[in-house]
Amino acid sequence: MESCPNKIDISQVDVSRIPRRNAGENIRKLWYKFSLNRVSVVGLALILLIAAAAIFYRSIVPYPEHIGAMVDFKNACMPPSWQHLCGTDQAGRDILSRIIYAFRGALTMGVVAILAILPLGGVLGLVAGYWNGRFVSNLIMRVADVFLSLPTLILVMCVSSIMTPSTRNAMLAISISWWPWYTRLVYGIVTSTRNEVYIRSAEVLGANVWHILLKEILPNALGPILTKMTLDFGVAILAGATLSFVGMGEQPPAPSLGAMVSAGVGYLPDQWWMAVFPALAIMLIVLGFNLLGDGIGDMLSDAE
Amino acid sequence: MKSGNDILVVEDLKKYFPVKTKGKQELFVKAIDGVSFSLKPGETLGLVGESGSGKSTVAYDVVGMYSPTSGSIRFKGREIGMLLRERPLPLKKEIQIVFQDPGTSLNPKRTVYKILELPLRIHKICEPKDYVKYVARLMDLVELPYEYMFKYPSALGGGERQMVAIARALATNPQLIVLDEPTSALDVSVQAKIINTLLRLQKEMNLSYLFITHDLSLMRNVASRVAIMYLGKIAEIAPTEDFFRSPRHPYTKMLLSSIPVVSPEEEKYRPERIESRGEIPSPVNVPAGCSFNTRCPFAMERCLKEDPVPVALDAEGLHMARCHLLEMRG
Repeated sequence: MESCPNKIDISQVDVSRIPRRNAGENIRKLWYKFSLNRVSVVGLALILLIAAAAIFYRSIVPYPEHIGAMVDFKNACMPPSWQHLCGTDQAGRDILSRIIYAFRGALTMGVVAILAILPLGGVLGLVAGYWNGRFVSNLIMRVADVFLSLPTLILVMCVSSIMTPSTRNAMLAISISWWPWYTRLVYGIVTSTRNEVYIRSAEVLGANVWHILLKEILPNALGPILTKMTLDFGVAILAGATLSFVGMGEQPPAPSLGAMVSAGVGYLPDQWWMAVFPALAIMLIVLGFNLLGDGIGDMLSDAE
Repeated sequence: MKSGNDILVVEDLKKYFPVKTKGKQELFVKAIDGVSFSLKPGETLGLVGESGSGKSTVAYDVVGMYSPTSGSIRFKGREIGMLLRERPLPLKKEIQIVFQDPGTSLNPKRTVYKILELPLRIHKICEPKDYVKYVARLMDLVELPYEYMFKYPSALGGGERQMVAIARALATNPQLIVLDEPTSALDVSVQAKIINTLLRLQKEMNLSYLFITHDLSLMRNVASRVAIMYLGKIAEIAPTEDFFRSPRHPYTKMLLSSIPVVSPEEEKYRPERIESRGEIPSPVNVPAGCSFNTRCPFAMERCLKEDPVPVALDAEGLHMARCHLLEMRG
C-alpha cells in the first residue's frame, strides 16, 4: 500500500485551549446521581456504620471479654437493661458485644465470597458472550446451568458437610454456588452489546478482541455487575447466617449472627432478646446492602 | 469506465443471505445481485435506493463487515472482498465508515477523547504524547469546541455526535469513507451543516465518498455520480448532471418525478410524470425477468421473462441503465 502524506497537521493546535481532564468533576457527578435517591444514602450510611463498628470493635464493644468462651451464669438470660442494652445470653454474655463482633464475620463472609467469584464468573461470561454460539460458549453456559439447577442452600450444605464446617469452607461453598449468576449476567450483557453499531465501528477501525471486550463491552456491564454485587453481599451474608444457624458456619465459641439466632430460638418467646437482636442485626446489614445496591444502579445508569 | 486511477472498483458483486426454511430447499435473500461501479479519488458516488434495495449491504461489503458471496471489490488495484478479520491492519486505515445513527455508533461509556484516540492508538498515527493535540485537531476539522473533549456522547446533540463519528473516520487519514445515510437520523436543521462539513473535508483532504442514501434530492448537490439501486441491482448510473437532466430508466423517472418542487423553473426540469405505485418486492422472491416489472408502467411481455443487461447511453459508457426499452431504442 503506497504511503500517503498525513493531511492532518497538529502543529497549529493551541494546547492552552484544551480543557483539563477533571476526575473530581466525574466523582462529584456520580455522587450527585447517587444522592438523588435518599433511601440509598441511608443504605450507604448503614453499611458504613456497620463496617466501622466491625473494624473498630475493640473500642466500641462494652464487654470485650464476652466475645469468646466466657461463662457468667449469674447473669445468664438477663433482659435488656442499661448494663446490657441487648440483654445477655444463656451463658451470661453481653449480646450487643457479640453482635458487634459477629459483624466482622458476616461482612467478611459476604464480601469475600462474592469478590472471590466475581472475576471468575465475569470472565467466563465475557468469553461465553463474545464467542456466543461456539463450543466454548455452550460449554460454559451449560455448566453454569447445571450449577444453577442445584438448590443453593443444599449445595452449600453439602460442601460444608463434606469438608469440616468452618467460616472458610462456608465462603467456599457460597462461591461455588454463586459464580453462575455472574456468568449469566455478563453473558446477557455481552450478547446484547456485541452487535451494537459502536462495536462494529471499533472493528472497522481495526480494534482487537481485547480492546473490544475490555474497553467497549465491559464498561457497559460494570453498572449491572456492581449493582448485583452489592445486592449479593446481602444475600451471601444471609446464606452465611443460614449456614451458621444450622451449625455449618463459624464455629463456637466465636460469635456468629446465625448461630446466635439459632441458640436464642430455644428461649423464645420468654427470653425473646436472645434471638431477636441478632436477627435484627442480620436484617439491618442485608437491608443496608439492598438499599445501597439500588443507589449504585441509579448512579451508573446513562441517564443524565 | 475502467480507467487505471480508480480508487475503488466493484465488479459483479453479489451477496446472498441464506434464509432458514423447513424441509424445503434453502432460500436466499439476494441483498446484492450483480453490482458494478467504480470510484475515482476525490469523487462522490451517490448510491441511492429504497429500504431493502441492498445499498447498505454494498457499504458493509466494502468496509468488510460482510464477505461477498461472489464478485470482486478492488481497492487501489488490490482485492479486498474479505471479512475485517482477514484484512491487514494498514488496509483498515484506508477505508472508514460513518454510520447512520451516531446515537448507536458511539459507545455511551467512552468520552469523545477516548473515542477519537482509539484509531490513533490502533494505527500508531502519532506519538502517544501528541494524542491530545491530534484529537484537538480532529475536533477543529469538524468544528467541535474543545470543551466537549472529555464529555460523554450523551452530553452532545445529534449533529455534534455525528461530527464526532466523522472525526473518528478522519483520524486514520483514510482515502475512502463510506457514508451510510449519515444525515437521515438527524434533524433537518443540522443535516445541512453535516453535508457542508463533509464537502469541505472532501476538498481539503481529497477524500473519496461512497454516499449511501435514500434522499435523492440531496445527491444533486453532493454527488459527482449517482447510482440507483433496485432489488440488489443498479437500475441506472450516471454523472449527476446527466442523471437529473435526462434520466432514462422508468424507475429513475418515477423517483425523480416524485420529488416535490416549489417553483415553475424547477417544474421544467422534472422528467415526464410517472406515477409511483406499489412497494419494492421482497428480495427473497425477486420477480422473474426485470425485477422492476411489478411496478413499471411500460412493462412488456419481454420484461416478465428476460432480465435486461446494462446498456451504455453515452459514448464514454458513464451513463448506463438496465431496461429493455433502452435496448430497443439502441
